[in-house]
Amino acid sequence: MSVLVDEDTRVVVQGITGGEGEFHAEQMIEYGTNVVAGAVPGKGGQEVAGVPVYDTVAGAVAAEDADASVVFVPPAFAGDACFEALAVDELDVVVAITEGIPTQDMSRVYRRLQETDAYLIGPNCPGLITPDEAKLGILPGNIFSSGRVGLVSRSGTLTYQVVDNLTKRGLGQSTAIGIGGDPIIGTSFVEALALFEQDSKTDAVVMCGEIGGEDEEEAAEYIDEYMNTPVVGFIAGRTAPPGKRMGHAGAIVSGSGTGTAESKIEALRDAGAFVGDTPEEVADRVEELL
Amino acid sequence: MKLHEYQAKQVFREAGIPTPASELAESVEAAVAAAELVGYPVAVKAQVQVGGRGKAGGIELADDEDELREAADSILGMDLKGYRVERVLVEEAVDFADELYVGVTMDRGEGKPVAMVSTRGGVNIEEVAAEDPEAIAREHVDPAFGMHPFQGRKAVYDAGVDPAVARDVSSVLSTLYDLWEDKDGADAEINPLMVTADDEVIAADAVFNVDEDALFRHPDLAEMGEEGEFAESELEQKADEYGFDYVRLDGNVGIIGNGAGLVMTTLDLVDHYGGSPANFLDVGGGAKADRIANALDMVFSDENVDAVVFNIFGGITRGDEVANGINQALGEFDEIPKPVVVRLAGTNAEEGMEILDTSLVTVEETLESAVQRAVEYAGEVTQ
Repeated sequence: MSVLVDEDTRVVVQGITGGEGEFHAEQMIEYGTNVVAGAVPGKGGQEVAGVPVYDTVAGAVAAEDADASVVFVPPAFAGDACFEALAVDELDVVVAITEGIPTQDMSRVYRRLQETDAYLIGPNCPGLITPDEAKLGILPGNIFSSGRVGLVSRSGTLTYQVVDNLTKRGLGQSTAIGIGGDPIIGTSFVEALALFEQDSKTDAVVMCGEIGGEDEEEAAEYIDEYMNTPVVGFIAGRTAPPGKRMGHAGAIVSGSGTGTAESKIEALRDAGAFVGDTPEEVADRVEELL
Repeated sequence: MKLHEYQAKQVFREAGIPTPASELAESVEAAVAAAELVGYPVAVKAQVQVGGRGKAGGIELADDEDELREAADSILGMDLKGYRVERVLVEEAVDFADELYVGVTMDRGEGKPVAMVSTRGGVNIEEVAAEDPEAIAREHVDPAFGMHPFQGRKAVYDAGVDPAVARDVSSVLSTLYDLWEDKDGADAEINPLMVTADDEVIAADAVFNVDEDALFRHPDLAEMGEEGEFAESELEQKADEYGFDYVRLDGNVGIIGNGAGLVMTTLDLVDHYGGSPANFLDVGGGAKADRIANALDMVFSDENVDAVVFNIFGGITRGDEVANGINQALGEFDEIPKPVVVRLAGTNAEEGMEILDTSLVTVEETLESAVQRAVEYAGEVTQ
């Protein structure tokens, strides 16, 4: 068992004929992911990265029996691409890699998501990976190794940094999920933590948060009330000034001081989670736990 | 993207929200002419995008031409929280009996828009929200339907707005919501929405922030944004030209990295090891030689910077390409302007570390050691 994706996951790539879509479809296949189809309007009948392309997501799923999708569609059309994926009941997991989707588009997608049983990961995320089984997204597969640490993070390269520290100490990962740096995302920390809590293959969870919003505080409440699996936290942005967007659209401390690193660190510590001051300290703590 | 007050008022006025008569002026003489058109008494308001303009001396009232000249002369050219005032809005001074607040924003926790009304207008609404959250009536909106008229009325009644103006205030709120939705607003606010002795409502201030990711479908607003952007610092302008996510801070350790979370972490580590970060600079994914040269140019141009830490974790970005880019960019200098510490990890990092010219840069194996080394260099310069 693992979280959300495994070696049996059958993936359709939306936007597979674009530069990013084709490159990463190839990378996913090379990693061993079961990429079974692409979906691009007007490109049905072509073959890209060795898989057939269909005009619609529904067509691709019907023909190739896919159960997950990865969206590499430009921001102006990515909201629609998410709606298209969510309209297909068979897709259990939809991963939106695209950065820069208008927030109001995502608000509508999020509203639609509540009516489905699917998990939407992202947008503006690196995707997710169950090492040695499947990778849906743009994560560099070579730094991951299979093991018993679950990882959930709002940031891509910070995830890689933490994973690298873990892997170098022989601490492999069950599944790593990049939930994305936008203000509105499909799957929150709480939902990801719930998945890891139920997973028999995960013995500890690393959670990398950052400034902005209150998702980490909500996660802390969840940890306090429901989790037996130990959680090790890291929060980026202690030195971020209020009112400035630190790269991610969601990474901003508001003028009134909500969304600060201090508030998140304190909430996690109050919930009994260890919070590292450096990525090294995070790996140290995980090593102690396992 | 933030619109200036005069631009936001133009957008609100076109949508049918009542605003006071006003004219924009860039000189004292133009302000005098503007006041003649508007009619005394007038308010002279600095057009810079910072909160708390009134307290900082950026808004003054004038009853006649002498007072107006004095006000315009003191405000034009002044430094308001780091921004030079180039323009003032000369506006009809509204004689008000009451001040309300109305606003629309995205509640990111709920993933839904929220419309807000309060009778505590005219003051910092974020302070009201923190001290007395009950004083703001909130109505969440289903984005599939938009705001129903009853929701606007409900927010107004819940807030306890005087029944004599309730209908007009809910109409303003509905208009503001539709505008926010049509034009991809991030925040739309009227604070204060003034109520006159005759029970008329009028938007005395206007805030309209647009979602930058949606500007592609609002060319008119994108154009307004360009018009307003001359107040940026030189370094920020440069970052815009280069297409970097950049925030300037007040320390002396320059930071270059890839990915928002990792760059923020690098800043935090500088602080953790006793240094002080000079900036946030994210070169983004897949950075090639020209972007690396531009990034170095950015931090070298900052006179506060005494040492630089360059931290790349390659996913799409390749360590060997970054290393070649760094060698090439630094090879252009007769003398390296500021010491540079480089740490590469991820895709092709080992090749990259081999390639790096150690006569130009200091190479470190880990993020922690790279940051410590840069803090050390910056400290030496300061002493």
